[in-house]
Amino acid sequence: MKFTTTLLASSAIVGAGTLAFADAHGNMAKEMTLVSWGGAYQSSQDKAYVQPYLEMNEGVTAVWDESSAEAVAKLRAMNEAGNITWDLVDVVAADAIRLCDEGLAMEIDADEMLAAAPDGTSASDDFGDLLVSDCFIPQIVYSTTFGYRTDMVGDTPPTKICDVFDLEAYPGKRALEKRPINNMEWALLCDGVAKDEVYDVLATPEGQEKALAKLDTIKDNVIWWSAGADTPQLLADGEVVMGSTYNGRLFSVIEEQKQPVAMLWDAQVFDLDGWIIPAGLSDERLARVKDFVKFATDTQRLADQSQYISYGPARLSSAPMVGKHADLGIEMAPHMPTDPANAENTFLYNYEFWADYRDDIDAKFQAWLAQ
Amino acid sequence: MSDVNNATTALDAERAEKEYSGPMLAADGTPLKRSLNRALRRQKLRALLLIAPLLIFVLVTFIAPIADMLFRSVENEIVQDTLPRTTEALEQWSGEDGTTPDAPVYKALYQDIYIAQERKLHTRLGSRLNYELTGASSLFRKSGRGVDDIGEVYQDQFEDLNEFWKKGENWNEVLGSDAWLAQIKDWDKSAGTPQPAFEMRDGIADIFPQTAGYYMIFADFVQNEDEDNLYKEDPWPLIYSAFYDDLTGDTASVIASYSGPGATEIAEAAAAATGFETVDYKEAFTKIDKDWGASPIWGTIRAYSPRFTNGYFLNSIDMQKSADGAEFRPENERIYGTLFLRTLFMSVCITLSCILLGYPVAWILANLPARTANLLMILVLLPFWTSLLVRTSAWKVMLQQQGVVNDTLVWLGVVADDSRLALINNQTGTIIAMTHILLPFMILPLYSVMKTVPPSYLRAAKSLGATNWTAFWRVYFPQSVPGIGAGSILVFILSIGYYITPEIVGGTTGTFISNRIAYHISSSLNWGLAAALGAILLAVVLGLYYAYDKIVGIDNVKLGG
Repeated sequence: MKFTTTLLASSAIVGAGTLAFADAHGNMAKEMTLVSWGGAYQSSQDKAYVQPYLEMNEGVTAVWDESSAEAVAKLRAMNEAGNITWDLVDVVAADAIRLCDEGLAMEIDADEMLAAAPDGTSASDDFGDLLVSDCFIPQIVYSTTFGYRTDMVGDTPPTKICDVFDLEAYPGKRALEKRPINNMEWALLCDGVAKDEVYDVLATPEGQEKALAKLDTIKDNVIWWSAGADTPQLLADGEVVMGSTYNGRLFSVIEEQKQPVAMLWDAQVFDLDGWIIPAGLSDERLARVKDFVKFATDTQRLADQSQYISYGPARLSSAPMVGKHADLGIEMAPHMPTDPANAENTFLYNYEFWADYRDDIDAKFQAWLAQ
Repeated sequence: MSDVNNATTALDAERAEKEYSGPMLAADGTPLKRSLNRALRRQKLRALLLIAPLLIFVLVTFIAPIADMLFRSVENEIVQDTLPRTTEALEQWSGEDGTTPDAPVYKALYQDIYIAQERKLHTRLGSRLNYELTGASSLFRKSGRGVDDIGEVYQDQFEDLNEFWKKGENWNEVLGSDAWLAQIKDWDKSAGTPQPAFEMRDGIADIFPQTAGYYMIFADFVQNEDEDNLYKEDPWPLIYSAFYDDLTGDTASVIASYSGPGATEIAEAAAAATGFETVDYKEAFTKIDKDWGASPIWGTIRAYSPRFTNGYFLNSIDMQKSADGAEFRPENERIYGTLFLRTLFMSVCITLSCILLGYPVAWILANLPARTANLLMILVLLPFWTSLLVRTSAWKVMLQQQGVVNDTLVWLGVVADDSRLALINNQTGTIIAMTHILLPFMILPLYSVMKTVPPSYLRAAKSLGATNWTAFWRVYFPQSVPGIGAGSILVFILSIGYYITPEIVGGTTGTFISNRIAYHISSSLNWGLAAALGAILLAVVLGLYYAYDKIVGIDNVKLGG
């Protein structure tokens, strides 16, 4: 009797399993359009999980579209035209929040859609605070920080963020991003505002004036960049003595191109990059994307990605698995922004603050720039 | 007397007609004039048909999208569409600074935001209003999360009173028509037939007007957007608060005589409702965020509640809406006026430098033997075959302080090593790079016009005793003016809308208005403002074109021949 029950139960499970399998794999689209940033970052994604996924799923093809920089505007246009041609879009967290607000990205249930960690920790616990929006699937932690020319700073290389504002000790041009985010925070920090009060101060018109006044002290010595590749080029040409950019770009200048450049990790600003699924996909395409995302954001795959680029995996469980660079053979951990030695003094991009103040402060910042 | 005269004239006319014009007939017997007209009309129609594909193509892919985009500069439906009840209730408010609207407005706000957050539209409105009032974005996001708690006060009380009110089925039995109830009970989702659309029971809307109204919205949302089975779906908290309002409102006496399904439960609820704990919507919203208890957000909602707004246009000329009409923005936020003027000024500079550089080149090309001229022509056209981005980036390498130009100058000893010239990331950089990029647009029309100037004119002038300069200035130059006109229009109009080159080499002082337009299209998503800026730019270009036509005359422009 007992035996029969077990048999019946197990056959029921097998039956259910087969059904679920057929349901999951029978109606999946054969093609995916993935949107990313191009360059080294996209190729790290390609090697770490897109190619492995395609090998596992014969007959499936993936097309890259290097449009992440304009993803928000393009998705909005696609949505208005009623023709979404993208299946999965790589965006920074701030854009993910905007897309979610605009109803252009699908809300996700992390525990249901994403793989649990190998030790059984649920996805939502494994990603933790990095799930900054209901639509956002984090992949990496990157940081915006400074690099400097080792041959142009004399015997005392800069160690503090405020050295950027010190024209006497470090004469020469600096490269800063042509937008208020990060620059305003650094300016206030170097104007004597305590770190945990920065956003309270920045929320007031006086605080914004204060930050711009501090930036004013170096304004004549700043080259403003708008593409991530600008600062590495300016550093390599010796056009600037120091400049802010994404830490992965600096890594490639230092380790791959062997330029005389070093990192200044102080007051680096953490930011996140990850996937969003556009709202309004057909069932077949959605099934395929869900299947892919579950694979591409599991613990092993995120750890694999760090073999190709110096960005920290967004899962807690991936961190111990970070190994050596695939081509250079150097340990990647010390190059991660999250490495304890690098992360002594850090900021986390304040998404909520900037969602509110972005338009206002940007208007003031641009007016200040144009003066 | 006059009669006789008239008769003679008529007779004359008749005779004349017979003699001379008599209706001339075509071969098929129709009057020739009509036949000719018809033939001409047919020809015109055929010509129109021939160009129809192009015409339709231009209309559909060029004119229509531009018109659609420009329309966004005044369109502002989102506020009224998302908050219809609030904007209507808000009309009663005086709008005075320091005051807040009355309680009914907050109740309307609750109803609007509840529905909007179910449809996920509240954050979209938040981003829209954040362009006008800093903080609106998070205010709406927070409120969307908070409205659930507000309505649950009534929901909990009804459900505590009687389990009956917990179930969606019971609500449907009361509110749905018998025919619909029969259909929905038979309906099987897996069969693939569409869900029968909700139908209200006859007369129920008169007894429970508010409940019925919101239930229709709820039913529509569940059936069409969520695509769930309405029969099983438990209603939103919003329905409970509407139900409370009906039970305690004007229709209370009608409800007392209600005898339809659920009559006993309704009678019980009506008796108990008067003793329910009530919700102070104003207090509830102020608790979600204190901004709801202050005037700025209300002033903004009111100012932007009409379907059309001039707000974007005001923004794009550095003004803003305020309680007492339009006013200029504070000094430290004005930027568009500067940018418009800078764009015009720099476009003029670029056009002039194109004329200065292009004129001699075109002259040489036009006067060389064909074989050499063709070879040189390739050099002029070569930049066209190179990517714009590559050309612009190349200028970066050339002009930067450690770049080729500065290195050469330092090597020659023209400038000192510590005072290298700033040739890029400023206006100079933009003018140099754009002059280079737009130069072919000046050379080509100049060249084709100069080709048509017979060289004998110059020789004739000289043989009549003119100096080289006089011969050029009085004879040759006037004949090449149409080429300058055509080239200038091309270069000027192209440069006024240029975007990528100023972005890369312009730094802070060399950027154009188009860089801000691009920012608002792709980064801030403020398409309304981008459209307004674009509309102004278009108007300026058309205005200048009109002025050019009046002063120079567009007939004098030649692209060749």
